[in-house]
Amino acid sequence: MIRLEHVSKVFTSRGQVVKAVDDVSLEVGAGELVVLIGPSGSGKTTTMRMINRLEVPTSGRIIVDGRDVQEMDVVALRRRIGYVIQQGGLFPHFTVADNVAVVPRLLGWPRAKRRQRAYELLELVGLPPDQFADRYPRQLSGGQQQRVGVARALAADPPIVLMDEPFGAVDPITRKQLQRELRRIQSEVRKTIVFVTHDIGEAFLLADRIVLMSEGRVVQDATPADLLRRPADAFVTEFIGEDRGLRALQYTRLEELAGPAPAGQSPNGVVLPGALSVLEAAREVGKFENATGDGFWVSDDAGRPVGYLTYLQFVALLGETIAPEDTSGKEPAHAVSA
Amino acid sequence: MRVRGEALDFITYIRENRERFTELLIQHLELTVYSVLLAVLIAVPLAILASRVELLAKPLTWLGAIGQTIPSLAILALTLGWLGIGFRPSLVALTIRAVLPIFLNTYVGIRNADRSVIDAARGMGTSGAQLLFLVELPLASPVLFAGIQTATVQTVGLATLAAYIGGGGLGDLILQGLAMVDYPILLAGAIPVALLAIAAELLLGGLRRLVIPAGLQTEGR
Repeated sequence: MIRLEHVSKVFTSRGQVVKAVDDVSLEVGAGELVVLIGPSGSGKTTTMRMINRLEVPTSGRIIVDGRDVQEMDVVALRRRIGYVIQQGGLFPHFTVADNVAVVPRLLGWPRAKRRQRAYELLELVGLPPDQFADRYPRQLSGGQQQRVGVARALAADPPIVLMDEPFGAVDPITRKQLQRELRRIQSEVRKTIVFVTHDIGEAFLLADRIVLMSEGRVVQDATPADLLRRPADAFVTEFIGEDRGLRALQYTRLEELAGPAPAGQSPNGVVLPGALSVLEAAREVGKFENATGDGFWVSDDAGRPVGYLTYLQFVALLGETIAPEDTSGKEPAHAVSA
Repeated sequence: MRVRGEALDFITYIRENRERFTELLIQHLELTVYSVLLAVLIAVPLAILASRVELLAKPLTWLGAIGQTIPSLAILALTLGWLGIGFRPSLVALTIRAVLPIFLNTYVGIRNADRSVIDAARGMGTSGAQLLFLVELPLASPVLFAGIQTATVQTVGLATLAAYIGGGGLGDLILQGLAMVDYPILLAGAIPVALLAIAAELLLGGLRRLVIPAGLQTEGR
């Protein structure tokens, strides 16, 4: 869907040459939510802004849907890519409904269709249209404005959405709420999303994949669980922070750890869904006081048993998950594909 | 007592010379309205140009500042040498003076428009013209309109000077009153000019509510 090939961006400010993005290659698959994360100045925002050509790469290529973006009409390209920014960027002179319908308006949709679409999207982002459609942005709270921003980005149903620290400027409680809402919305609309943040908790909560950047380079490109269990270097470990063990328990899923189901045996006793985090699984296991057998079954999303773990294995994996550096060299038990 | 009686005689003067007064009043209004309109037509496109072409911004601002710094009488004298006497050179002189406030306010209005709004608009795929008319000019409109208001009130006052080069307007009465040391005639020019300036301010203040987009009403002047 989106592919960056050896992309670099060099800025020159006051005679000083700054490599904002340095030979970055990465791929974002259709329907995937990839989080670009890193400290400020790591080049994450610049990397994102090159995708819709708000910045022009100094070298390298960016391919969207099989086509080099430099060769596409910039206006047409941007109308196919939703864009959400930290400060909201709502048009203060447009009502909420008109703000949501900006891109449909640019695309020349008839008025009635625009309004209907705006109502649908306000519903989707949890702002009752009959209350909010005719308000102006200044009459909304910061969190409400960001919801409108998300609705606006989705209005013309673009396959791709770019989000630049969209929840960075709202209070922590609202942020949590918006993050959960985004997960719900993403499960409904399945967009290809590039999400920039510097909040590692947000990254773990939302990402299918995390791309950690530093000084313009990609330090590690991995799933949240892999990033936690197999950090590439000391920078990654430090960036994830001291509560890495806890996060690993929260974000490593049972199905990633379970061994293959014993052949020929039908599941009896305890069965746990593979989508549970290790932490949740540990809580569940504790509830089965009188369970017989030496372990439990792990099921896939459809409830089919696909793996098995003995209690002894599970305890060992718990330990490995919390303190992965002690297990270096050892391959963790492989995931059983559902 | 006598002076005040004489002073109030300006009403009598206007009554007795209704035709001449009306003619001068209309001339005055024409000078003001036409020069402000001309100034808008010149200043707004120039300000848009300056906001697009960084290199032009400074020179254009200087040019406007020069127009604003030269004393009004000097401008009148210069246009007199160039276009002769009468209505047209007066119009040109007043327009030159009205361009700067409108140019500066439009330019500043566009440049100070919320960057995040512009960034979002570009990111969503607005073309150059769409960005200008859908976002930049509406965002600049409160400041732009304030510039027009300033220019108008200023022009109402300056238009009295047109009388010096035969441009007409209520300045005629002021000059005549001064020359003849005749208070009623002087005041028959001066008081309506003052009232006109206040009326222009109020009228444009009311118009502002109609012109500025609803979502921006609380901002600006």
